Amino acid sequence: MQTVKMVVTGPFSAGKTQFIRSVSEIDVVATERKISSAGERAIKQQTTVAMDFGRITVDEDLVLYLFGTPGQKRFDFMWEILSEGMLGFIVMIDSTRPETFREARSILETFHAYAPTPYVVAANKQDASDAWELDDMRHALRLSPQVKLLPCVATQKTTVKNVLLELLYSILAEMEGGPK
Amino acid sequence: MALRGNLRDFTVTQLLNLINLAHKTGSLVIEGPNETARIAFRDGKLSYAQIGQEDNHLATILHRSNHLTSGQLRAIQLRAAHVSDKELGLMLINVGYITQDVILNALQSYFMDVVRRLFTWVEGVFRFENDMLPPEDRIAVRLDLENLIIEGARQLREWEQLQDEIPSLDMALKFIERPGTSMQKMNLSVEEWRVVSYINPRNTIQQIAAAAKMSDLEIRRIVYGLLQAGLVEVIRHESMAAAAEQARPQLTVKVREEQKSLVNRLITRIRSI
Repeated sequence: MQTVKMVVTGPFSAGKTQFIRSVSEIDVVATERKISSAGERAIKQQTTVAMDFGRITVDEDLVLYLFGTPGQKRFDFMWEILSEGMLGFIVMIDSTRPETFREARSILETFHAYAPTPYVVAANKQDASDAWELDDMRHALRLSPQVKLLPCVATQKTTVKNVLLELLYSILAEMEGGPK
Repeated sequence: MALRGNLRDFTVTQLLNLINLAHKTGSLVIEGPNETARIAFRDGKLSYAQIGQEDNHLATILHRSNHLTSGQLRAIQLRAAHVSDKELGLMLINVGYITQDVILNALQSYFMDVVRRLFTWVEGVFRFENDMLPPEDRIAVRLDLENLIIEGARQLREWEQLQDEIPSLDMALKFIERPGTSMQKMNLSVEEWRVVSYINPRNTIQQIAAAAKMSDLEIRRIVYGLLQAGLVEVIRHESMAAAAEQARPQLTVKVREEQKSLVNRLITRIRSI
């Protein structure tokens, strides 16, 4: 049995939990907490981390695990674990909270440097009246044209599926000889 | 009479107790299935410990305990490779970079950690060499054994209990699914998350341990915790999958076509949700 992983990251309250919940076959999810204690890395063996966790069984030989991880740099020790066998990752951003765009940009750069696997950016809450337009978000996030910025409403399964599929297409494209 | 025997008859904790009570001087050499450990004593107190070929030079120990940066360690390894630990320690103290207490604490902590790892050794032979002292170029410490012995006894009881609870690592694990219930909260340690990511009925606990680089004791402890929390249950492993699988259950696809096939399977599945 093979297990593969995808990770969903992003600023606090971007919609990671809901995203995973929308497609996961098991209802095992944690709510992200703001952990405020300092020196966590020094005691990481005793530190507990609350993460979102979902599963999609593909067939009897293949399982996809979805991990929703806090995006703050102080949790980067989890990436050493999660990046093993990770197919790719998704950066979730709340389209209605531009004050989080800078943090999202930082998370994206950090994670891409740590694990240079394919990724997509999901602009969540696109159904909200005060959601930023995708083009404006692309400029604000300084995303290159090659990076996929996808509309998403994490409570709608169709858009969540689309984000996952676009990431898989990117992975496939890279396998076939270079990112599209 | 030579102090020698088998770990099946004497545990490491019992040996430490004997050495402590007899105020022995010399080295306890333990040959395990995979590596050999050597623990030196003076008058029944721990003075030095080494396991396998693990690098236990002072610089490496100080780096592990965050008293030297990676760059500093590399510089010392390059330019001071011929310097003994004693000389290196004196140099660092003389330039005011570190104190003697810090050096001794780092060494003691490391040696104690080596001994703790030996508590999980249940297979092997041992002998006590009266004339074997710590290497000349290393710094010896002087550490009372009582606390380590108590810790070893506690760990032995835990080990026995865990073996009763999880007698075989050839079983598999499965998430407990309760239809109709809403979310559960999962707040786990880093190592528990590592294990969780490998759980499915086709992976034995032994395979998970190998993939997660955990000892028998560590994996039993974590699985026991997950069992007690009601997150997983132990099930019979499907032997057909076990026979075909490598020790690492994680994806290690090497062939490009296999990788592409896998991604295509994922795409098909996601479309069907």
